[in-house]
Amino acid sequence: MHIEIDQDRCCASGQCVLTADDIFDQRDEDGVVTLLDDAPGDADAQARAEEAAALCPAGAITVRA
Amino acid sequence: MTDTALSDSTHSTDSTDSTDSTDSTHGAHGPHGSRVTEGAPHPSYPFSRAAGCPFDPPPEFAGLREREPFSRVQVFDGTPAWLVTRYQDQRAILADDRFSADALRPGFPPQSPGLEARRKSGKPLSFIAMDDPDHNRVRRMFTAYFSVRRARALVPRLSEIIDGLLDGMEAAGPPADLVSSFALPLPSLVIAEILGVPRSDHHLFQSRTKVLVSRSASGEKSLAATNELTDYLGGLVDEKVKNPQDDLISNVAAAHLPTGETTRERLAQDAMLLLVAGHETTTNMIALGTLALMRNPDQLAAVRDAEGPAQIAGAVEELLRYLTIVHTGRRRVAIEDVEISGHTIRAGEGVILANDSANRDATLFDDPDDLDITRPNARRHLAFGQGTHQCLGQNLARQELQLAYPALLRRFPALRPAIEERDIPYKHDAVVYGVHELPVAW
Ligand code: HEM
Ligand code: SF4
Repeated sequence: MHIEIDQDRCCASGQCVLTADDIFDQRDEDGVVTLLDDAPGDADAQARAEEAAALCPAGAITVRA
Repeated sequence: MTDTALSDSTHSTDSTDSTDSTDSTHGAHGPHGSRVTEGAPHPSYPFSRAAGCPFDPPPEFAGLREREPFSRVQVFDGTPAWLVTRYQDQRAILADDRFSADALRPGFPPQSPGLEARRKSGKPLSFIAMDDPDHNRVRRMFTAYFSVRRARALVPRLSEIIDGLLDGMEAAGPPADLVSSFALPLPSLVIAEILGVPRSDHHLFQSRTKVLVSRSASGEKSLAATNELTDYLGGLVDEKVKNPQDDLISNVAAAHLPTGETTRERLAQDAMLLLVAGHETTTNMIALGTLALMRNPDQLAAVRDAEGPAQIAGAVEELLRYLTIVHTGRRRVAIEDVEISGHTIRAGEGVILANDSANRDATLFDDPDDLDITRPNARRHLAFGQGTHQCLGQNLARQELQLAYPALLRRFPALRPAIEERDIPYKHDAVVYGVHELPVAW
């Protein structure tokens, strides 16, 4: 799995961090998404990454198999 | 507040008109067609809830989702709009840049007459009514204060405020009005601290915000309170420029006034948006959510006795879904022709996304009309909206609710309404649904 984020699009909702704070973080200065792990290995983390992408209101998270 | 904060976004000057407009739309005239404008014989939106079903959205939605997911309605002033009732269609539209949140664009279905005054006044709207990329540029001046980490860091302070309010209730003894003794002061104190309102001004600040959400205040009185608050916040910006502290207004002023990215007026106005948008919403979620739990004693017990935070977090998401207190629809206008699920919306046509309908859509939520605090996918709700306007304060709101419900129920394990169901004053006529007051005993 490979995760990509679009920081321009992100509206700093925090939905991704709420779902997977081991994979996503928010920048201190403006809450914009950052990636802690762009290729999570285990199945549980992958499922949460997919859930985060589905919940992201801005469509700023892309998950590729 | 506020129609305005969550819709037209003209939260300041026209907020007072909101009650009038909603009254005339569905208060006195009933749900359908009583105010037909020539050539536009559409049902009037918003619709009314069914008698005796205070937690369920208007009954028309189920049939519309089934048979007519894009239907024609008109708002109080006769402006026609597409009413969109299905979950997936709402998500698609709210995520689509071809729809504008700019309430001043022709065709936008207004929430209240105040918008017309605002249009004429030429004053800018705050970022809730702007489109990207400008919207996100302004929103980002404030996002640092509402991240998940910030909300988590507030836990000790929120608990302290909550305990203090509960101490007050306990000392005064039953019955107490849950709204004025707990549900309203909590978000009010919290946002005052985040903005940096000095303690000596808390009384002034709270008494004016109380008028904004009060039913009995006349239009003039709440307009006066709005103006006082906007003036107050403008003065606060000046004060924070002179004597900066570590708070939102000081930091935003220091970072963005010198660069010209914002002005004293805009900052005061955006601070007002933060204040207003977070107020009645959180207050009503606390009060109405507690009432919904009292109606479902087993679920109340589960929240009260929950061992871990995950269970409570799930309960909060389910209450947000089930109650969907922002119940008069997100509103947008198409800026070009767009096809959604095979349905064409033309440039210049307004759309109303009934998020209370989406949150009861059985294609996504099993047994959607049941409150089930263990629902696995409750977080998919649209109670905070969707798209890049999704609620800026959602993590703060979640944190307040996750602490408030269990603290209240643990302090008063036998909490119950102190009035009959038929006497509970629901806010049918307000843009944010809830209860005007809720006498409780324990
Ligand atoms: C349970 C409580 C709350 C609910 C149900 C709620 C609901 C909503 C909804 C539905 C929207 C979307 C508006 C749209 O799409 O047009 C919104 C936006 C917003 N909310 Fe909340 N809200 C809550 C609490 C808060 C709090 C505590 C704050 C701030 C302190 C806040 C500040 C805002 C702001 C500033 C916006 C505009 C965001 C933008 O346009 O980018 N809200 N809220
Ligand atoms: S969920 Fe999307 S919009 Fe929200 S912080 Fe994460 S990337 Fe940004």
